Amino acid sequence: MIGYYVKRLLSALFTLFLIATLTFFMMRAIPGGPFTREKPLPPQIIAQLNAKYNLDDPVIVQYFSYMKGIATFDLGPSFKELGLTVNDLIKQGFPGSMKVGFVAVMFILLFGIPLGIISALKQNKAIDHVVMVMATIGVTVPSFVVATLYIYFISSKISWIPITGLSNPLAYIGPAIALSGYSLSYVARLTRSSMLEVLRQDYVRTARANGLSEWRVIGKHALKNALIPVITYVGPMIAAILTGSFVVERIFSINGIGRYFVESVNNRDYTVIIGMTVFYSALYIVMVLLVDIGYSLIDPRIKLGKRSGD
Amino acid sequence: MKKLFSVFVVLALVLGIAACKGSVEDNTLFWNIGADPLTIDPTLNGASDGGDVINQTFEGLVREINGVVYPGIAEEWETSTDGKTVTFTLRESNWSDGTPLTASDFVYSWKRGMDPRTASEYAWIWEYSNVVGSLDTVYWTDVCDNATDDCNEYDDNGALVGTDYSDDKDDTTGLTITEQLALVGVKAINDTTLEVKLVNPTAYFVSLMAFYHFLPVKQSAVEAVGGEDGLWAKNPALVVSNGPFKLVKYTAGEGLRLEKNEEYWNKKKVYIAAIEGDFVDLETTAYAKYNAGEYDFIPSVPSMMIPDLMALSDEFYAYPLLGTYYYSFNLDKPEWQNAKLRKALALAINREDITEALSGGQIPATGFVPRGFIDNEGKDFAIESGNYGISTGSGGEAEAVTLFAEAAAEMGKTVAELRTYLNGKVILYNTNEGHRMVAELVQEDWKQVLGVELTLQNQEWAVFQNTRKQGNFDVARGGWLTDFMDPAGMLAIFTTDNAYNDPNYEKSAYDTLLSESQATTDMALHFQKLYAANDMLMADMPIVPVYYYSDIMMAKSYLKDWGRSVLGSVDFTHARLER
Repeated sequence: MIGYYVKRLLSALFTLFLIATLTFFMMRAIPGGPFTREKPLPPQIIAQLNAKYNLDDPVIVQYFSYMKGIATFDLGPSFKELGLTVNDLIKQGFPGSMKVGFVAVMFILLFGIPLGIISALKQNKAIDHVVMVMATIGVTVPSFVVATLYIYFISSKISWIPITGLSNPLAYIGPAIALSGYSLSYVARLTRSSMLEVLRQDYVRTARANGLSEWRVIGKHALKNALIPVITYVGPMIAAILTGSFVVERIFSINGIGRYFVESVNNRDYTVIIGMTVFYSALYIVMVLLVDIGYSLIDPRIKLGKRSGD
Repeated sequence: MKKLFSVFVVLALVLGIAACKGSVEDNTLFWNIGADPLTIDPTLNGASDGGDVINQTFEGLVREINGVVYPGIAEEWETSTDGKTVTFTLRESNWSDGTPLTASDFVYSWKRGMDPRTASEYAWIWEYSNVVGSLDTVYWTDVCDNATDDCNEYDDNGALVGTDYSDDKDDTTGLTITEQLALVGVKAINDTTLEVKLVNPTAYFVSLMAFYHFLPVKQSAVEAVGGEDGLWAKNPALVVSNGPFKLVKYTAGEGLRLEKNEEYWNKKKVYIAAIEGDFVDLETTAYAKYNAGEYDFIPSVPSMMIPDLMALSDEFYAYPLLGTYYYSFNLDKPEWQNAKLRKALALAINREDITEALSGGQIPATGFVPRGFIDNEGKDFAIESGNYGISTGSGGEAEAVTLFAEAAAEMGKTVAELRTYLNGKVILYNTNEGHRMVAELVQEDWKQVLGVELTLQNQEWAVFQNTRKQGNFDVARGGWLTDFMDPAGMLAIFTTDNAYNDPNYEKSAYDTLLSESQATTDMALHFQKLYAANDMLMADMPIVPVYYYSDIMMAKSYLKDWGRSVLGSVDFTHARLER
């Protein structure tokens, strides 16, 4: 078991190393640099700025000094945000993204899964149709539409719901709805179809035949297996939601890190691009690992580190 | 379940009400600044949002409001008869920490701005200041030249440890940076007298001093521990400023709070007690908050709202900016070397269609120099120059067709041959909805009027800049906003070898006119040369002027007497709230 985790950790580190390296060289390969401006700077000024951030060193030298930094959790200075390092940016923005993301994840799990179960149990009844139509809308309507409609019809009409920021608990409602819409609908559909499949299995029929109460059949036997595909989806989804959304954070003016994923590329803010990529990848890898552990807890047939047939 | 729900509703209501803004502070201005400024250190700033904040927190030798230059920290100034020495007499004033502000503070701030070690993005503005020695300082470069320098680096025992790229001396002058800084023509004669030596008489020098790069900063604050790279200006514990307001709170990504600076020399004329500034950078969100009464002033509105607001709202303002949106012809390519052809293309465009489609308050451009520059006789430079036959709307088509035919003859082609010759050439712009819309309309006009079919191509911003700089284009979009109130700030970019001369317009007569305009103290002669230069540029038409940029904003009607610099910064110094 321990050997398995060591192996996973090593492969995670190797993955991160590959990601950082690829991002580093891909960003350098595209034209433009961090000091490209609408009103172009004179070459002398660009030379001074390059010297200041050691961008005048050969690329390979920059690469090694950057990788050395990453190994010590130092993601380097931002070229755009004067005086701030990438670590500062993450420290400043991640709490905001995470708080909103957490509420959104709660929305998804607390509404998505029960709605899916209800739909499956009431298959082809009115409530099933209502839920599935809602789910289709949720998947297809983009978050910025939801966010804008929310501001227009709700928060700008009701004075005690803040329009922007995270100054009070009610402020989380809008961003969390916008952020969770897609995944909530997706989870509901996934739970429904997986539940329907499980309910047809022999062991569920056996459980029912044994006279177990419907609650026990659904809650103890069916749900566990029905949740496996949901967990597979939810793990990486959590990583994506916690790292924020450019669109939602911008519309609700939330101080998060979502915007850096887009702005840093436009700005060619190399260190921020790689820093954000590595940060997101690390979170993603951790979530995937948690999903694997989750499987083994839910389904005794899955054993970590053992090949089937062992 | 029902019970639980009602508990939740009550809880939500209580929390909501508790967290609601208390009574609105009567004399506090609620302002959306826009994006979180990268820096609010005047010397390092290069962006308009930062400039907006700095305009409230700092004050230079002069302050420019609505195009008028008022004495600021300088009470008066005097220019010598040869125009090359400007002496400022400073009033007695204090920094926000109560310490006196002296002429040496200006010397420190300016030298910091031009020092290459500061690496200020805006240091190139010194090129236009004409201050003695400033340009050599800004462009002080030290790259090892093996012919004259020893580029090797040795340790204490004389062993070679590597190659140093520097000998700490400038490659051309051979001066160290300290020696170079000592040669800069800025001197504090005493605490209240500041003397500036200029290379050439510079008509706009005093008004330029209102620009943020030239505002004073206090050395002890700039060099405070934890204040590196301009962070001091965002840190209420470290910041020291000298403007009508001072910073008391700064939350990255959220907002800031300014309060009236009781040490400001003109505090009697400052009426607002505090300013709450937010960093909401999405226009639709800020506009919703403005309408919900949460802001008194917003710096822009969603563009689809502009036509309605322009017609119906008395809280909407649109001002011209000193800048022009244009297309450059690539004069290095044979296709674009005929002036009549370029003029025909410039005349064939219906600019009103374009500004209407963009609906952002833009003004059709009938020349490269926008309105707003006042000449020696008090007349508007652009209006005096005339429109060079360029119509704002339709009306130029007939002459465009005639010129096109003449151009074809000059180029030894028939009209049909010239069309084929130009078909498929590319209009290049950077990826953006607005730029695409303009390019499509221009493409359509050229097709309708002249029968020439160009194609469109867009590139991501940084890629586009690279392509344009390398001259790999036929026709490319460009934009130029100037930072000082003299038409030379516009015209000078088309001199030979200027970094912003995208069409690569090379004409020694034009260069001469511009340098002659700079070398005189006689304002009549200065403008005479500039008018001639403008005529020459418009006759050659290396560019197609499209529209003049504009600045839009909304202010509640109870906000009175707010001002605005013609360069674009808002000014709340003398503003009053009459809710």
